[in-house]
Amino acid sequence: MNVFVPDTVSKPSRRSFLIAAGGITAGLMIGSTLSLGEAQAAKTADGAFNPFVIIAPDSTVTVLSKHLDKGQGAATGLATLVADELDAAWDQVRVEFAPSNAKLYNNLQWGPYQGTGGSSAIANSWEQYRSAGAAAKAMLVAAAAKAWSVPAGEIKVEMGKLSHASGKSGTFGEFAAAASAMPVPEKPALKLPEQFVYIGKSFPRLDVKGKTEGAPIFALDVKRDNMLVATIARSPKFGGTVKSFDATEAKKVNGVVDVIQIPAGVAVVAKSTWPALKGREALNVEWDFSKAETRSSDQLFDEYRELAGKPGKVFRSTGDAEAALAKADKVVEGDFEFPFLAHAPMEPHDVVIEFDGKKADIWTGSQLQTVDQYVASKTLGIELPNVHVHTIWAGGSFGRRAIYDSHIVGEAAQLAKAWGKMQPLKIMWSREDDIKGGYYRPMYVHRVKAGLDADGNVIAWHHRIVGQSILTGTPFEGAFVKDGIDHSSVEGVTNIAYDIPNMHGELHSVKVGVPVLWWRAVGHTHTAFVVETMIDDLAAAAGKDPVEFRLGLLKKKPRHTGALKLAAEKAGWGKDAPKGRFRGVAVHESFSSYVAEIAEISTDEDGDYKVEKVVCAVDCGIAVNPDNVAAQMEGGLGYGLGHAIRNEITLTDGEVDQANFDTYEPMRLSDMPNVETYIVPSTAAPTGVGEPGTPPVAPAVSNAIFAATGTRWRRLPFTKNEGTGS
Amino acid sequence: MRFDLTVNGSKRSVDVDPDTPLLWALRDELNLTGTKFGCGIAACGSCTVYLDGEPTRSCQTMVEDVGEAKVTTIDALSGKSAEAVQAAWRELDVPQCGYCQSGQIMAAAALLNENTKPTDEDINDAMDGNVCRCVSYHRIRKAIHRAADMMEA
Repeated sequence: MNVFVPDTVSKPSRRSFLIAAGGITAGLMIGSTLSLGEAQAAKTADGAFNPFVIIAPDSTVTVLSKHLDKGQGAATGLATLVADELDAAWDQVRVEFAPSNAKLYNNLQWGPYQGTGGSSAIANSWEQYRSAGAAAKAMLVAAAAKAWSVPAGEIKVEMGKLSHASGKSGTFGEFAAAASAMPVPEKPALKLPEQFVYIGKSFPRLDVKGKTEGAPIFALDVKRDNMLVATIARSPKFGGTVKSFDATEAKKVNGVVDVIQIPAGVAVVAKSTWPALKGREALNVEWDFSKAETRSSDQLFDEYRELAGKPGKVFRSTGDAEAALAKADKVVEGDFEFPFLAHAPMEPHDVVIEFDGKKADIWTGSQLQTVDQYVASKTLGIELPNVHVHTIWAGGSFGRRAIYDSHIVGEAAQLAKAWGKMQPLKIMWSREDDIKGGYYRPMYVHRVKAGLDADGNVIAWHHRIVGQSILTGTPFEGAFVKDGIDHSSVEGVTNIAYDIPNMHGELHSVKVGVPVLWWRAVGHTHTAFVVETMIDDLAAAAGKDPVEFRLGLLKKKPRHTGALKLAAEKAGWGKDAPKGRFRGVAVHESFSSYVAEIAEISTDEDGDYKVEKVVCAVDCGIAVNPDNVAAQMEGGLGYGLGHAIRNEITLTDGEVDQANFDTYEPMRLSDMPNVETYIVPSTAAPTGVGEPGTPPVAPAVSNAIFAATGTRWRRLPFTKNEGTGS
Repeated sequence: MRFDLTVNGSKRSVDVDPDTPLLWALRDELNLTGTKFGCGIAACGSCTVYLDGEPTRSCQTMVEDVGEAKVTTIDALSGKSAEAVQAAWRELDVPQCGYCQSGQIMAAAALLNENTKPTDEDINDAMDGNVCRCVSYHRIRKAIHRAADMMEA
């Protein structure tokens, strides 16, 4: 795959990456972690009970979050797991981000990588963080038992206080020093669900107060003594390189310190942000596009459509779909198109780097700390452990900060190396840099044919997908790409929930020079749309109610069924919608969470529509913080809806047509429907909620439009379809 | 070039080019980092400050045009409506990533200064210029109503 990577940020091949990663995690088996006892040996802070819990003499409990919090609430969630088992009072708990150290802080679902993504933060930490809290509590109890000369079993811990029937009592702080030196229990007993004090209840997020006061918590706010600010002029076509540049005018800008070429482009280094931006405007760069992607998105769509008519690589084959289609009573067909999408997190990218020739400190909203360390170490020519990534609260991500080639940190490292003056540098991205910068949700074309028998049963499904592989050629290839099939291209289809006897799927993985990346819910952003609108069309062809039709095909899927039934009940499905309103439904599993959404729209004579309300039901196992689950559903479906309504990234001769929020018009408050979220009660281990709210919304709205008008919208954004209003 | 500004009740001077956006003067020169950069073209509202009490996009306001106007930023936001908005925001856990919330809160407090009982329509009109990419809009709407109730109580 022709992924655009700045030259000297050598994209780690899977092999070299794994060797490097293995080097720092020697002895660490994939999917395992250190025991708490082993980990204690690595503790560095005073009052550290283990790598996740520090208790200070003033009784403050600091939970170290190994995961980035970019708004999804992971930091509060991890603190909740510790606080519950520790029986801390909520107001004594705070959270900070763990240092970069894959040996201590790896994602247990990923093996030897520290990183956040795939809605895995709570799911992979569920036992680890509870064990950390339970172990710390056991150590506090042991210290108190020793001091009070009473059996440990007689000591009670409640809301941050230790007590004994004799009347003795004490705070965590009093015993913190003695307790942290106690032996670490290897397998501390964990609570039963009925003993939880925080888990399953909604407690205020720990980061909200600062976020209502403009607290300086983002990488944008990081200031170091003597720091300079840099912007980088990058090729306007992906894969282009600098032919020559003229910095005369740029250097005349007051505050510009220097202009230097680095592999990523031409950097303008200035005393502060405005001259860095203005200096770049004044810069004249001539680009070499000989190796650049120069196709337009219209041309790419033509090529994709042509491929959709040809056989591809088979990713699923059950029964004989073609034979069944030939015998079908009715056949429903659909061609679907999905554009490139930018993530456009609210905080444009920014990195602060300090490099003294031997070690580097990096402050950024790091989502893949281990990859950031690796790329910086290779670029700077230093050992990986000498790169310290200071994870900072990030202003959104939606996938954009989890970058397989760490190109943002990589560029910062290129510049720090080229600058060579042991001076802190902040590399700033403008919004235009972000929107035009690639790493998009890939474009996709799907072609589907499905057949019903005379009784309205779905007997055949033939599905062809055309689009770029996100993960081929990245360090994640080994985990996600099997026999040439990138799972992230076909997830949601290859494991389709509906019971269909003859199922055939094919994939064309095309090579395009536009860098692509996972975007909130990844492959499900297109596959759920296709499956859920096709199912709706099949229900209509069979003359059946869309919910009843789905339930009939989901008899072996109790969790889909549970979410769908709950949403249908709460939305009043089966009863008449209010006058002028129309409903559409979708249900989809992603990241092991099950979400059903029912969209209610209104329409007017001009063909305008408005999404008035979405009822959402989610089964995510135990909801650690139900209010945060609701927040993620609201945000996840809102994010999906905003892009479905009107967003696309298009290319003309390889150049991105959009630039900022005027041409990539974001979802706004007046677009936002009312949202009701309901959680399916569960005792299953928690699964993620950051992404699963996104996939069902676009098909639910398309299905509501179909209910209202009989017209089927199969192209995204919706403005691409015939008969759409403004 | 030196400009004398009144920021959060104090006289402050900055030495910058006249075309420097107020946003960068506040952030880089005065270290008032509560005001955020989101787009630079007045399309997202992250950089909202008050000029003489009026919500204004600081990314499109040049320092030379500020003149005598009193600048207020989130760092020193106070008053009945601001306090109600911040309290409602905390009660309903409005922020997700939080990056846009300085601007959201400035806009919401300004709305409640003018209109103590806004309708959904009023809220749409006042807040549509403030983008939240986490899409916390559902809670922003609820929290503005909640803040209005708090102020009435």
